[in-house]
Amino acid sequence: MSKWGGKLEKVDEYRWRIPESYKEGMRVPGLIYADEGMLKQIIADQALEQVANVAFLPGIVGYSLAMPDIHWGYGFAIGGVASMRVNDGVVSPGGVGFDINCGVRIMRTNLTREEVAPKIKELADALYNAVPSGVGSRGKIKLGAREISEVLAKGSRWAVEKGYGRPEDLQTTEENGEIKDTDPDRVSPRAKERGTPQVGTLGSGNHFLEVGVIDEIYEPDIARTMGIDAAGQVVLYVHCGSRGLGHQVADDYIKVMVKAMQKYGIRVPDRQLACAPVNSPEGKHYLTAMRCAANYAWANRQCITHWVREAFCRVMGVSERDAGLELIYDVTHNIAKIEEQEVNGLNEQLCVHRKGATRAFPPGHPDLPEKYRTVGQPILIPGDMGRLSYIMVGTDTAMKDTFGSTCHGAGRLQSRSAMKKQLNGRDVLERLKKRGIEVRTGSLSGLAEEAPEAYKDVESVVNVAHGAGISKKVARTRPIAVVKG
Amino acid sequence: MMKKYELIEHTADIGVKACGETLSGAFANAAVGMFSIMAELGNVVEKESRRVEVNADDIEGLLFEWLNSLLYYFDVEMLLFKRFDVTDFEDTHLTAMCYGEQYDSSRHSLEMGVKSATYHQMEVDREKNCVRVIFDV
Repeated sequence: MSKWGGKLEKVDEYRWRIPESYKEGMRVPGLIYADEGMLKQIIADQALEQVANVAFLPGIVGYSLAMPDIHWGYGFAIGGVASMRVNDGVVSPGGVGFDINCGVRIMRTNLTREEVAPKIKELADALYNAVPSGVGSRGKIKLGAREISEVLAKGSRWAVEKGYGRPEDLQTTEENGEIKDTDPDRVSPRAKERGTPQVGTLGSGNHFLEVGVIDEIYEPDIARTMGIDAAGQVVLYVHCGSRGLGHQVADDYIKVMVKAMQKYGIRVPDRQLACAPVNSPEGKHYLTAMRCAANYAWANRQCITHWVREAFCRVMGVSERDAGLELIYDVTHNIAKIEEQEVNGLNEQLCVHRKGATRAFPPGHPDLPEKYRTVGQPILIPGDMGRLSYIMVGTDTAMKDTFGSTCHGAGRLQSRSAMKKQLNGRDVLERLKKRGIEVRTGSLSGLAEEAPEAYKDVESVVNVAHGAGISKKVARTRPIAVVKG
Repeated sequence: MMKKYELIEHTADIGVKACGETLSGAFANAAVGMFSIMAELGNVVEKESRRVEVNADDIEGLLFEWLNSLLYYFDVEMLLFKRFDVTDFEDTHLTAMCYGEQYDSSRHSLEMGVKSATYHQMEVDREKNCVRVIFDV
């Protein structure tokens, strides 16, 4: 693919600027968080062109930002952050993506690797059987036509009221798992039809469940507030999104936005960036429907959490109380949110798009749960299935420099078809097993696509985010079992 | 013979370039390409059919809507289509008969989930009767 031929100015060790002069029509410069080594890979595809294209969008403030896990997406790059003024800016469904509120959560346990390891095969099987996964997976929950609207309005709370999970899970979920200002009537019948059979399903692609072990702790005091006490402690991850419902909401509103651009006289370099003013009927309707899809995703992760807890306790022969299994936190990494932030010394209402990027609010932020008020928002950065994952917290620097945002994962390096050509799923499975990682999946070819080699090394991604100060390392984990969707 | 479709490499996602003797044939082949990303189509038999009708404001919109409508049928009815007979084709309107069967885990292997067709780098080439579309997977 074509290489980046444009200008890239070094700001410091971790930041690179695409000047506004690169392309006529850019309203702000682009700013890429990366180290010199990663940059070589980043310029090899079209991610930087996409960062420049996003800078065309009306009302964008500061920079069109790229987090260190940036890679080529469609329209927006994955790992992109863009903030538009609510007053005169736009919202773009492409800046959220098709998998609205794809996100990740992590639970702590009271068990150690030594206790879990002898039963790891059984545990991997139990998790695989407990949570429907794979392409087109169907859930165990039967929803009535009217009930789906309740899911869309209440999110995680719907699930907890139905008996899936604990009331306190809501406090440690971004937006309490129930983002406000929704309107289920703005979600099309098609989207609801797609979503109805899929509540409580993992889906496919990069979605997973993981049993991990705390491998290293960098900030013991902060880790303790999360219930992370020592190396060797077992934790559980859930990563998935809003399934067909979210995809259909994105489809529906991209069509609305393509029309709206003519109406409002907006021009963008890529139709996938289609957008409308935040305050227009089209913009408002998209945001209310998107929030419904976000709530669906939270309800989805909440139901899965319940089954993961059940399976874990059954296999380990412990009660839920003895197992712990408290939800440390749940973050979304595909969303647009209205946030009040400081721009040039003034408080401004912004529509912050995070596409493959995580919110990273600092200590003291009023939106944080009481528990984390003094330490900052927990940030969960899953790596690939063979290597490390990180737990970080938000910082003041993130608030100042990146609209309170940081990276979301390792970031892809190689295409899925390239991986399939190079690797055989069974070999990947065996290789991971030799490294002490039990993998369960319904799709061996999918496993080859998601092999560790497909991803950047998450360590280098996290080191850039940490080095640049937009989030702080707290602990890292290593997988011992993975269920891949 | 010209290939019906070929897959396009993309870092995070995957695309299809499809050609036909007519543009409507290219649309049909793009749909075959999309389902071949999702499943091994060799074992899919033509047991069921659906008449799919889509409307859009222009030809790119029509391609987007066409492919995404088929994904809807997969999510809701678990239908895997392998052949498409486009009976009515204009820039803003398409009617097609779609043939295939419901997914059966004992006979079919699902390869990859496709979340949506995208507008990113979409191309509709009327001279060569080819289309290009990148999917979010």
